[in-house]
Amino acid sequence: MSPAAKKALAKTGAGLFWILLWALLAHLVGQKLLLPSPLLVVKTLLSLASGADFWLTLLNSLARILSGMLAGTLLGVVLAVLTHGSAVCRTIIAPFMSLVKSTPVASFIILALIWLGRGVVPLFITALMVMPVVWANVSEGLRAQDEKLLEVARVFHLPRRRVFFSLTLPTVLPYFRSALCSALGLGWKAGVAAEVLTVPQRSVGRMIYESKLYLETPELFAWTVTVIAVSFLIERLLLRLVSGLWRKGDDEHA
Amino acid sequence: MLDLQNVGVCFGVKSVLNGCTLSLAPHERIALMGPSGCGKTTLLRTALGLQDPDSGAVTNTFSRPAAVFQEDRLFPWLTAVENINLVLSGKAETISEARHWLERLELGDAGELYPCELSGGMRQRIAIARALCVRPDLLVLDEPLKQLDAALQARVSALISEACRECALLLATHSEEEAKALGCRIYLCRDGTFYPET
Repeated sequence: MSPAAKKALAKTGAGLFWILLWALLAHLVGQKLLLPSPLLVVKTLLSLASGADFWLTLLNSLARILSGMLAGTLLGVVLAVLTHGSAVCRTIIAPFMSLVKSTPVASFIILALIWLGRGVVPLFITALMVMPVVWANVSEGLRAQDEKLLEVARVFHLPRRRVFFSLTLPTVLPYFRSALCSALGLGWKAGVAAEVLTVPQRSVGRMIYESKLYLETPELFAWTVTVIAVSFLIERLLLRLVSGLWRKGDDEHA
Repeated sequence: MLDLQNVGVCFGVKSVLNGCTLSLAPHERIALMGPSGCGKTTLLRTALGLQDPDSGAVTNTFSRPAAVFQEDRLFPWLTAVENINLVLSGKAETISEARHWLERLELGDAGELYPCELSGGMRQRIAIARALCVRPDLLVLDEPLKQLDAALQARVSALISEACRECALLLATHSEEEAKALGCRIYLCRDGTFYPET
């Protein structure tokens, strides 16, 4: 058996173990209100997914939260470039990033609810969670550029664009990729948490909130499973996109 | 024209270059010789504008400089041919020229290999090809042949001499043979400056 197949088998085994444990616990508890069985959650999820409302709600939340992720990522990259190029910018921005990272997300959600409309809060919160992680990683990537290779570029008078594609991008992309790994899951969860607290129309957060309100525990679990699955998919898709960018960068300077 | 006037460079309290004056005219060839740590590399870096002098002045009017550093300084994520092409145009249209230079350095088969797949000597020859391919008017070489065997040293020296017929050459070396093979006037290090060998 190939190492990849062995790894996949081990992962599937671990997943099955936890699902069986969950089923066993649900059986022991015997109350779907407290802990629904995996089978019931799957049935509820399938029933939810058969309606157009489920997909509209999911798309709405995705659009809102992905916009926040995009805004946070762009802002993080721009600020990283600024702080890399200017000590003054670094002095000003670094404490703000530390503040954002150490402040509980719930405080920001409440503040944002006061300042902004409830539809915008999840977008704002997601951007706020993603931005410092992207900023920190991209800054580290920019610092990691090989000084000796930069000297080669200087001696040979390489144009900026070529230096960017041949040195900056290949150095920074692994850091950017790792930033996305940490930030996207975090951003998606924070975005959904913001939706739960602000209950905007047609949102996953609102559905989770209402499931809790009406004690629809299987629905609560079904929506939670959806959040986890979407988080996993977003991470995979975006990381594949970044890897594609790496190859494109490679082709550019070939 | 490269002109260093009373150049001084210190690293902390250690003075490496001290009142160093040296001129290099177009087509002139100079080899700097002296014990390790005497300031040969520092002088080359100062000449290339990579090291700011603490005192004195550097004037460099050469417009197409190229350098071979002590280390190969190849981009690890680029193949051999891409490393050379990078300083040409970075585009597909100059790939054949990059390959031509690889062949001249006897590395025709190594074009698609990455630096980590090559020996130290091969990497150093790619660095030499990278410097020669831009047809420089100033070629700065910092111990460029030290990783090559004697026979290869002779062939690469001859190639550098031929390819750099029209350019000025500034070489740092420990080998008088290398300096002579490249047709350089030898300057020796004394008290943080370099004097022509008498």
